Amino acid sequence: MHGFGPSLAFWVLAILTLVSAGGVMMVRNLLHAVLFLIVTFLGVAGFFVLLSAEFLAMAQIVIYVGAIAVLVLFAVLLTPRAGRDNGETRWAGPAVLLSVALLAVMLFVIKDTHWSTVVESPELTVADLGRALLNRWVLPFEIASVLLTAALIGAIMLVRSPEEEAEDALA
Amino acid sequence: MTPGIEHFLIVGALLFCIGLAVALSKRNAIGVLMGVELMLNAVNITLLTFSRFSVSERPITGQTFAVFVITVAAAEAAVALALAVSVYRNRETVDVDQMDLLKS
Repeated sequence: MHGFGPSLAFWVLAILTLVSAGGVMMVRNLLHAVLFLIVTFLGVAGFFVLLSAEFLAMAQIVIYVGAIAVLVLFAVLLTPRAGRDNGETRWAGPAVLLSVALLAVMLFVIKDTHWSTVVESPELTVADLGRALLNRWVLPFEIASVLLTAALIGAIMLVRSPEEEAEDALA
Repeated sequence: MTPGIEHFLIVGALLFCIGLAVALSKRNAIGVLMGVELMLNAVNITLLTFSRFSVSERPITGQTFAVFVITVAAAEAAVALALAVSVYRNRETVDVDQMDLLKS
């Protein structure tokens, strides 16, 4: 990673991602928090490009920005009387304290470790990723499809209305 | 300053801790879920950082793991939001402080 371009991209993305993640924490309106969350997802996708994982950057945009963010928005809109308040519980203080403590430990570990790194970026293509998924990691790949099917069926079962359940019981 | 492995790891750590604070402190169940998503994204950044920078025979493994993390995150988000909608339908709230039906 040399040159001015990647450095500039890194700092812009870091500020964008972390500021919008802080926005998710700070803003009072839940819908605004979801919009900040979408910006964070886009920044993370930019990081994926910077780390030469183009396929994952595309998957991040399609799955997180395209699917999960819309799902969260729908969940906010489907719970209208619960309010749009993005407030904290009374455990907010200890929670922030715990996060800061964990951050301190992680920063210390990152600074204190001597990382042995490669100079040149490894040549990783989408073809390599596909080969790894379908050779070495084919069993987890298949289990992931079972998990997605189970989640699909589970989500549909959970949000069925009581009337539909009564109709199914009669049939 | 050219960003190295430490810079990416620090961004991942910061994002993870912001996500942890959101997940632990929000009153709205959907807000808690947003914190969990932030944490999963931070972990993905860290995985790809190691895939890109560390000395390894199979650097593609980090990207493979990130694919599975995204898959599980999608499944988790779908089920968790369905649960939130289901709880709302029964109790008219998604406030995690008021979901205390199992409390004796």
